[in-house]
Amino acid sequence: MTTTVPAPRASLDLADAVRDDGSLRRFLRGLPGVDQVGLERRSAALATRSIKKESKLRALDAAISMIDLTTLEGSDTPGKVRSLCAQARRPDPDHPEVPPVAAVCVYPDLAGTAVEALRGSGVAVAAVATAFPAGRSSRAVKLADTALAVDAGASEIDMVIDRGAWLSGRYGQVFDEIVAVKAACGPAHLKVILETGELAGYDDVRRASWLALLAGADVIKTSTGKISPAATLPVVQVMLQAVRDWHRATGELRGVKAAGGIRTSKDAIRHLVAVNEVAGPQWLTPDLFRFGASSLLGDLLRQRRTQALGHYENTDRIGTA
Amino acid sequence: MTTWDYAPAPESAALANLAPTYRPFVDGAFVDGGGEALKTVNPATEEVLAEVGTASAQDVDRAVAAARRAFEKTWGPMPGAERAKYLYRIARIVAERSRELAVLETLDNGKPIRESRDVDVPTASAHLFHHAGWADKLGYAGLGPDPRPVGVVGAVIPWNFPLLMAAWKIAPALACGNTIVLKPAETTPLTALVLAEIAAEAGLPAGVLNVLPGAGDVGAALVGHAGLDKVAFTGSTDVGKEIQRTLAGTGRRLTLELGGKAANIVYDDAAIDQAVEGVVDGIFFNQGHVCCAGSRLLVQESIAEEFSELLLRRVETLRVGDPLDKNTDVGAINSRAQLGRIVDLAAAGDAEGAVRWTSSCPLPERGLYFPPTVFSGVEQTMRVAREEIFGPVLSVLTFRTPEEAVAKANNTPYGLSAGIWTEKGAKAMWTAQRLRAGVVWTNTFNRFDPTSPFGGYRESGFGREGGRAGLEAYLSA
Repeated sequence: MTTTVPAPRASLDLADAVRDDGSLRRFLRGLPGVDQVGLERRSAALATRSIKKESKLRALDAAISMIDLTTLEGSDTPGKVRSLCAQARRPDPDHPEVPPVAAVCVYPDLAGTAVEALRGSGVAVAAVATAFPAGRSSRAVKLADTALAVDAGASEIDMVIDRGAWLSGRYGQVFDEIVAVKAACGPAHLKVILETGELAGYDDVRRASWLALLAGADVIKTSTGKISPAATLPVVQVMLQAVRDWHRATGELRGVKAAGGIRTSKDAIRHLVAVNEVAGPQWLTPDLFRFGASSLLGDLLRQRRTQALGHYENTDRIGTA
Repeated sequence: MTTWDYAPAPESAALANLAPTYRPFVDGAFVDGGGEALKTVNPATEEVLAEVGTASAQDVDRAVAAARRAFEKTWGPMPGAERAKYLYRIARIVAERSRELAVLETLDNGKPIRESRDVDVPTASAHLFHHAGWADKLGYAGLGPDPRPVGVVGAVIPWNFPLLMAAWKIAPALACGNTIVLKPAETTPLTALVLAEIAAEAGLPAGVLNVLPGAGDVGAALVGHAGLDKVAFTGSTDVGKEIQRTLAGTGRRLTLELGGKAANIVYDDAAIDQAVEGVVDGIFFNQGHVCCAGSRLLVQESIAEEFSELLLRRVETLRVGDPLDKNTDVGAINSRAQLGRIVDLAAAGDAEGAVRWTSSCPLPERGLYFPPTVFSGVEQTMRVAREEIFGPVLSVLTFRTPEEAVAKANNTPYGLSAGIWTEKGAKAMWTAQRLRAGVVWTNTFNRFDPTSPFGGYRESGFGREGGRAGLEAYLSA
């Protein structure tokens, strides 16, 4: 009497959706709506999961391995980036079993420094591009910015969408720009930042997610980290549904990056629970889920030691880049 | 990390402060009942939790007499503002002892601790707080400037929400100046008795609240008692009909909250992911032991295939198991008798040609469990579409037009609740106006609030609980 869930069917004609501006608009407007009350209720329920003992240790290590360790300040220097890279390779030298993070994320002009510092480590270099964070420049400048990062050896590019164009309804323009940047990326992976804190609600997050996926994004990313609110559990839930539905429709696996505002282990674990239960356990890998964060790593390392020692460690006993 | 098993996260059973024996509460004291003691069992293990003294017919007489005295001498004449103080105190203590009550409820009933902790106990406390606020404002209830209490209330409650149903009966009765004799269900008497202890701790005058554990015979003796002025019953339609026959012609007032076979109507323009959540919550909340459970899914044919796929995928993620584990979504079936009924009705679904799908979630080796089950290809004529299963079993039917959805939803002798899922406000209102159900939820399900009246019509009963409308049952204009 026990059977498995029936196989999904590819029902969406995705090629048709991107035929022209009008088709794209009709497709995005035809996506099922998102009910705010129900969405937030489900997020609140997911947040009540109690992750303890062995499952918590696994979650902490998984979260560390999914971090894009980030510095995106005007005051960044080669020295600051090298310091960050050292921690990225070996987050907790007292505990060599701690995995390295997934990537180091910097501005394009410092990508070369990061590539140098991370050579042979397996840690990727991600660079923000396309006039990050505002995205307010010409297409030519955005593509040049992307080329700067790719030429310096970045293997992941984090671009921002043109929110001005999006909010004024010029979906085709946003789509074309992602396609162009994707082409400029060459073999580098493209993460498309939706800056959900500037979009018009959850329906808009769903539409922007689909637009980015249609345009070829390898990963859809919540935020730049420069705008609040950034990554919230309901927003990440909508984006996880988008990559899940993309997989159902096409069989392709695309990723999600929750960036900005996730500072504690507790919050990170809640996001992993959402990944596990909304998208599915298949997404619990650094290839398909990332945290964009600067201060989260410190708390993950502290919680990890707490699990081992049975008491909280003084934060000054843990090195911080 | 391709699979990630959550480690067991059990709440401590010791928090329940379980006593080896419990006794009836009559006239302000716990007393030895004249009935034969019963053993209450933890459905998750089938181990005996405690021995509970039950009431005899004489105990019913004594409790009703004590309630009458309290009504005439202390509680009835007391100003509303004074009554409110006791109710506020009880509400506060329930909130303060919420962890203990939640664990005790989960042990006795089998429901997940997540639900007893996040729904049952807080909602019970909220109900008490809400009605405490009414006690000195009854002149504004819309029943005239000075409505009077009815008198002595006899209340019989079911096993699916033991503490919450006790609060739903006690709070309005006491706020309106009545006194009450309450019979909790045979399989779940413990939290109602702790509530009596809390009432005593709050200094509630003797006789205002009496709790008589026991089986159907005690319930029958209570609801048929000539010393009552009003009977309030929540339970099965069959017993409700019997009570109505007993009370016919006596002049005693009656409210009944009975069974249901609610439809959840999902239109093709619904917010699909949240509709899936609502349908799952509608039927698997409290193992489906919910009179207003959305046990029939009516989904528009144009999205039926996709919706079913997402639904089954979601049901697969439900974690069935130890009710005390904080990560359990679906707990134990309350009794062996109830499990038997669910098994029988599901077998009827197979026999009548519906297609059974069962979650592959592993079940504990011992204890009373039934896996989340979905029947597709269900037709209106089948038993699984008509009879209340009162378990984690969903029947999926389809419809083509809004008219057909309404006709199918109403094609049941029940009329307790219904759900509508659409992003179109006008369509939701059009549908709600045509559904014959006491409670209609739009884009949500199983939401309870003390300000919102709850109740059914047709074979789901009559009378309302909660809100201003709920006060009417306990007041004479």
